[in-house]
Amino acid sequence: MPVNAEAAGRSYPPMAPYLVSAAKIAEFAAAVGATDPVHVDSAVARERGYRDVIAPPTFAVLIAQQCDTQFVADPAMGIDFSRVVHGQQTFEHHRPLTAGDAVTAVLHVDSVKAVAGNAMVTTRSELHVGDQLTTTSTSMLVVRGENS
Amino acid sequence: MTVRTAASVTKGDALPPRTLHIERATLVRYAGASLDFNPIHWDGDFAREVGLPDVIAHGMFTMGAAAAVATDWAGDAGRVVRYTTKFVGPVVVPREGGADVELGGTVTAVDHATRRVTVELTATHEGAKVLGRALLVLQLD
Repeated sequence: MPVNAEAAGRSYPPMAPYLVSAAKIAEFAAAVGATDPVHVDSAVARERGYRDVIAPPTFAVLIAQQCDTQFVADPAMGIDFSRVVHGQQTFEHHRPLTAGDAVTAVLHVDSVKAVAGNAMVTTRSELHVGDQLTTTSTSMLVVRGENS
Repeated sequence: MTVRTAASVTKGDALPPRTLHIERATLVRYAGASLDFNPIHWDGDFAREVGLPDVIAHGMFTMGAAAAVATDWAGDAGRVVRYTTKFVGPVVVPREGGADVELGGTVTAVDHATRRVTVELTATHEGAKVLGRALLVLQLD
């Protein structure tokens, strides 16, 4: 299997906080074609009860993928990055990420399974702002074996 | 803009479909916005070297674009409590002409007690599924 099976259960320490900016939210929203003004107009966001502009629902992947890099690039895992394919993705939101949030993320490797010469790795990034869990991002990555 | 009420929603309701047109420039822009610079999403030579037919779109790009079908219908992009999908087929984006993805959605569950509504989103490219079992749960009013 192209991944160290002992990785399951491993966690990586929190990365330096990611500061969510209005500019990055606007850039991401434009890139995915999200035209709701709540992403770019802070007056609209406040009218709807948010503190400031909010991120689109998949914005958290930006932080989660930085987390995953810790695992994928960990030499102890033996992963060839060019053989990694994204198989499945889940976000659970307790509230939208909001401009001004300083997000601390912790990565957990939930499982490593061998399937037909490939490895299926499930990682979970928990995003906190202060003590509050805002988002859980779960990714299933397929690491293709040498013969597939 | 007002947020849709769960009381006004019925299982089986169809969301307005849309066509998502993707050019190479769309993917370069998403790469920059998301910080996912994997060259399979913008370098055709690299993509072919690793066994792909050509540049393919980021799965997360399609997932992100599909979400707007549900959030525009809901009336507020901040109402997503859960969003999950499998990536079941690639969107090949040629240098000339780009590619089209057909997006749509159907209400599959309405919980009137919690006012939570589940939408199954669809994304197809040239008749083949791109997203599999894409479920998005909205907290409505």
